[in-house]
Formats: sequence, structure tokens, C-alpha cells
Amino acid sequence: MSEHEVKNLEAIFDARIARDEKIEPKDWMPEKYRQTHIRQISQHAHSEIVGMLPEGNWITRAPSLKRKVALLAKIQDEAGHGLYLYSACETLGVSREELYDQLHSGKAKYSSIFNYPTLTWADMGAIGWLVDGAAIINQVPLTTTSFGPYARAMVRVCKEESFHQRQGFQIMMTLAEGTPEQKEMAQDALNRWWFPALMMLGPTDDASVHTEQSMKWKLKRKTNDELRQQFVDQTVPQAHMIGLTIPDPTLKFNEETKHYEFGELDWDEFWQVVKGHGPCNKERISARKNAWDNGKWVRDAAMAYAEKQANKEVKQAI
Amino acid sequence: MKNWPLWEVFIRSKNGLEHRHCGSLHASDATMALENARDVYTRRMEGVSIWVVPSAQITASNPHDSAELFDPAKDKAYRHPTFYELPDELKHM
Amino acid sequence: MNNNLIQYIYGIADNSLILGQRLGELCGHGPSLETDIAMTNISLDLFGQVRSYFQYAAKLIGGDATEDTIAFLRKEREYKNVLLVEQPNQDFAYSITRQFLFDVYHLLVLEELQNSKDETLSAIAKKSIKEVSYHTRFSSDWIRRLGDGTEESHNKIQTAINDLWIFTDELFHQTDADKAMVAEGIGVDVTLLKGTYFKKVNEILEEATLEIPTIEYFQKGGKQGIHSEHMGYLLAQMQYMQLAYPNMNW
Repeated sequence: MSEHEVKNLEAIFDARIARDEKIEPKDWMPEKYRQTHIRQISQHAHSEIVGMLPEGNWITRAPSLKRKVALLAKIQDEAGHGLYLYSACETLGVSREELYDQLHSGKAKYSSIFNYPTLTWADMGAIGWLVDGAAIINQVPLTTTSFGPYARAMVRVCKEESFHQRQGFQIMMTLAEGTPEQKEMAQDALNRWWFPALMMLGPTDDASVHTEQSMKWKLKRKTNDELRQQFVDQTVPQAHMIGLTIPDPTLKFNEETKHYEFGELDWDEFWQVVKGHGPCNKERISARKNAWDNGKWVRDAAMAYAEKQANKEVKQAI
Repeated sequence: MKNWPLWEVFIRSKNGLEHRHCGSLHASDATMALENARDVYTRRMEGVSIWVVPSAQITASNPHDSAELFDPAKDKAYRHPTFYELPDELKHM
Repeated sequence: MNNNLIQYIYGIADNSLILGQRLGELCGHGPSLETDIAMTNISLDLFGQVRSYFQYAAKLIGGDATEDTIAFLRKEREYKNVLLVEQPNQDFAYSITRQFLFDVYHLLVLEELQNSKDETLSAIAKKSIKEVSYHTRFSSDWIRRLGDGTEESHNKIQTAINDLWIFTDELFHQTDADKAMVAEGIGVDVTLLKGTYFKKVNEILEEATLEIPTIEYFQKGGKQGIHSEHMGYLLAQMQYMQLAYPNMNW
């Protein structure tokens, strides 16, 4: 294909997206579109399955049967969401195994917030309330993104995820209304998760490299800073409602803009964690890698069994 | 050893409705694919019946052929009831 | 208060509680995402059953008893689960074998329990049968796959079967509470299930090209509250919050 022909196809492609048409896997697409989608969808999938680990840390210690089943069901949903997203990614011609290899080798990124440790039960509340809350803000616009399989996966994810944030907030609310010790546990969790949650919405707009292109492809509908502001505006009143204090002494409501103004975020720490130096980066990757490596003989056995059964059927047919 | 192949999952949400594609998953054989589909895609009472098909077995039309496959139907308005203008007095037809 | 009935409920429900807890440990660490989701479903089914049983027991006990005080605040000796279900997740072969050896038993018990004169137990059994039928199908399929898969998987699952076999005989022991409940037409006489159980288990093992262990010495004690050393650690985790922060709502 000549350069001119490619330019022409790209113009048609861009026009389709501008008209809100969906792109399906077998449609022609610019190589950059394919690569960007593989990167973003797989990062998203990795975040779901790595995100299972910090919460999984509390399944065996959940304080009541009701909380235990809710937590288990939530983490199970995350496995499901990872599965939907890997499947969407696979329509672009890359296998789940290749994507796992990228995760295990450290080549692929995932949401850096999951590199923080879950130290108390209140962290289950904080994660549901703040981390899932921030995730929803990111995810809802993706239900109308341009790539069909991604958009469909996100519709399913968002539908299922609606209980996750409520589950987390209710844990926090119960703690905040409980004994002084419980309230302190809730406040401590909020203190530790607040800033990582804000940073989860991505680098500031001036430092974000992908925004413009992603906007055009409807992988993004709002900038990181806009999303962050939306998150702060919606979350601060929720904290006040249950009597918890946002750990930001500079936080104040601007009557004119009707927005909360908040303090500087520690981006050095953010980039350190992204680069692999967070408190739990090593544990998270090795847990994923162990699960995969230790499962190899199981997956191989299932394939060997399937092949034997198929051969038996062929022989019977003859 | 080969990886578990990909399967497409179709779910009937209730009797009377058709099976609809709802996603895909990995499984080593058809039995496992059905069980996995049940565990992955019907956790919230989404279905009463499941079909699974190896993704490799699906033959799909090529988007390059879309023009010749689908455009010719566009100017056949006479296949639709609204093509035939009838007097208003005729209420049901 | 019918103490025998309460003890009988513990005997049944603690199996689901402890096995559910063991399965919960695996969430996020399975050999594939699909398997992970499937085994979490089993765990959720078991905890659902536990809650029904313990809510009933709490009503019988009265006072401040709740499903959670029963689940989390008993001493080790007061848990009446069989030794089999508390065995640790050494690898996938052990987890599946433990599941399989329990599922076949669990289903037989529930099929009888649905005829119980106790309406609540009968209703719980009827609901649980559907779940446990699926568990049995899932674990039997995996026994076949691993047994008749690769040489490595065959050896691993055979080792797990051999190691866990010693816990199968206890499934058919009766406590005094069990006997009293059988006499009242409430409980299931598990001694009558033994023949069917081994017939079913052996059938699957044969299909899976596995050898049926010939072991003459079996372990017992769980039903009397005398557990393996693993149990204390399992409870230490499970009870952690309730013990560290007593008398709070969560």
C-alpha cells in the first residue's frame, strides 16, 4: 500500500470515528490505533487482575460472613473484568499468554495504586470507595469508546461494578459510625489512600503524553485533570457525610468556581511507584507470575486430556 | 504444550429469546468451555441456556467486502411495508 | 434449647465454612482466570450455605448469638468439621482432590437431609443440592483431566489422592449428637452412605486412570473437635478481626 493510499484510508477512518461509528476488529485500522488499544486495554486488564491481590489479602480475615461473601464476589468480578478485557484485546491479534508475558516481565504497566499494601480491614472500605470510585469516573466514558470490543467489555464492567463502590463506602460508613477505634481505622485508611487515589487518574495534563490522540479516538473523553477534579468534587462531601477528614489541609471549596481546590500531589512518589519502587511492586508481580507458572502443569494436563478425548472420538467414528 | 483455545459464548437470557453473543473465554475442551461460560457469564442470572463455539470455527465476512455484500440492499425499499402508500381509511394492513 | 440439634448443625455447616475458607485463600492465585472464577463461585456457594445454617443455629441458641458469633467466636475444639476440609492448599492437585472427596460426600448427605423432619434443614438442603451437584461435576471433571492428562498431572493427582484418602473414613463416623438426630428423624445416618460414596468415587478414579488407594489406617477426630495442626492457623486468620476488635459491628 502506498503512503498516499494509507493517508486516504486514515482520513476515512478518522471520519468514521468522528461520526461516532464503531471500529470492529477486522476493519482496517491504523497500526498506531491497534498498538495504542492493545496497550491501553491490556493495561486495564492487568490492573484488574493485579488489583485482585491487595483485596485478596483480606478474604481470609474478613470480620463477618456478610463482608466475606461481598468481598469474595467483588474480587471475583475483578477476575471477570480482567477476562472480558483480555478477550477484547485478543480480537486485535495478541494472545492472553503474550499479554501475561508482558506483565510478568515488567514490560506492561498496570495501575500503580495496587502497589500499596492493604494493612487494615478499613483498607477494603477505602479501596472500594476511593479506588473503585476513581475507576468508575475513568471507565464510564469508555462505554462509548470507538473500538467496539472495548466498549462492549466496558458496558459489562460498569454494570457489574456498580456494587463495588457502594460496598466500599458502606464498610467505611460502618467503621466511621462505630467505636473510636474503628473510626480511627477508617481515618487512617483514608489518609493513606487519598493521594494515591487522586494520582490514579493519571499524570497532570501537561505531563500526559497520550491525551490528544486518545481524545480523538474516544479512548478519553476528559483530561486527567478534569477527571481528578470531578473525583474530588464528588468524594469530599461523601467524606464529610460520614465524619471523616480529607488529609489535605489546603483543601477548600471555591464558591465562585463551585469546585474544591486541593494541594500539590507528590508526583515524584507516583513515578517511583510506576517505575517499580512502590512498597509492593515485587510482591504483586511475583504473585501473578507464581500463579501462572504453578498453573502450567494444570493447563497442560487439560489440553492433553482434551486431545486424548478428541482422538478417542475420531477412532470411534472410524 | 498449546494454550487453551478461545471460545465464543452465546447466552439465551430467557426462554423465548434468541441466544446472543456475550463474550469469549479460554477452555481446553467443550465441556470446560460450557462450565467456564456458566461461571463467568451467568453469575447474575443472565442466562437459561448457553452455547459455546470454538472461535477458530467461526467463518466471518470480510469488512473489505461490505460494500458488495450489504450496499445492494439499500435501494430495495420495496421490501419494506412503508414503500406502499395506501389510503388512511385502511387502518390495518 | 436442643443442644444435639445445634451440635448437628455445626457438624454439617463447619465443613462448608472451613472448606469455603480454604477456597478463599486461592482467589487470585489459580492456574487460569476461568478456574479462579469457578472456584470462587464454589466458595461463595459454601459460605451462603453456612450463613443459612448458622442463622438457624443462632435462633435456636437465642440471646446474643448471631451467624458471626458462631462462625468466628468458638474455640478450636468447638468446630466440628471433618479433617479433610481443613487440609491446606498444597497445590492445585490437593485442592481439587479435597474438593472432589468432599463434594461426593456432601451431595449424598444433602440428598438425605432434604427428607429431614426439620423443615429448615430440609429447605437448606434442597437449595444446596443444586449448588453441590455442580461442585461435584466441576471437581469430577478436573479429576478426570488431571488423572488422564499428562504424566506429571497423573502423578500429582495420584499423590494427592493417596495423601488425602486417609481422611475419607471419618466422613462416615457418627457423633452422639448425630445419633440422637438420626433417631429423631432429623439427621442423616452417614454410615449408610459409605458404600455408595466409595462406589461413586472409585468410578471416577477409574475413569481418570487413577489407582484406588489401599490404605488400612485412617485419620479421625475432626467431628469430635480434635483437629490437625493446620486448623489453629486457619482459625487464627479467620478469627483475627473478631478477636482483635471484640464486640464491634462491621
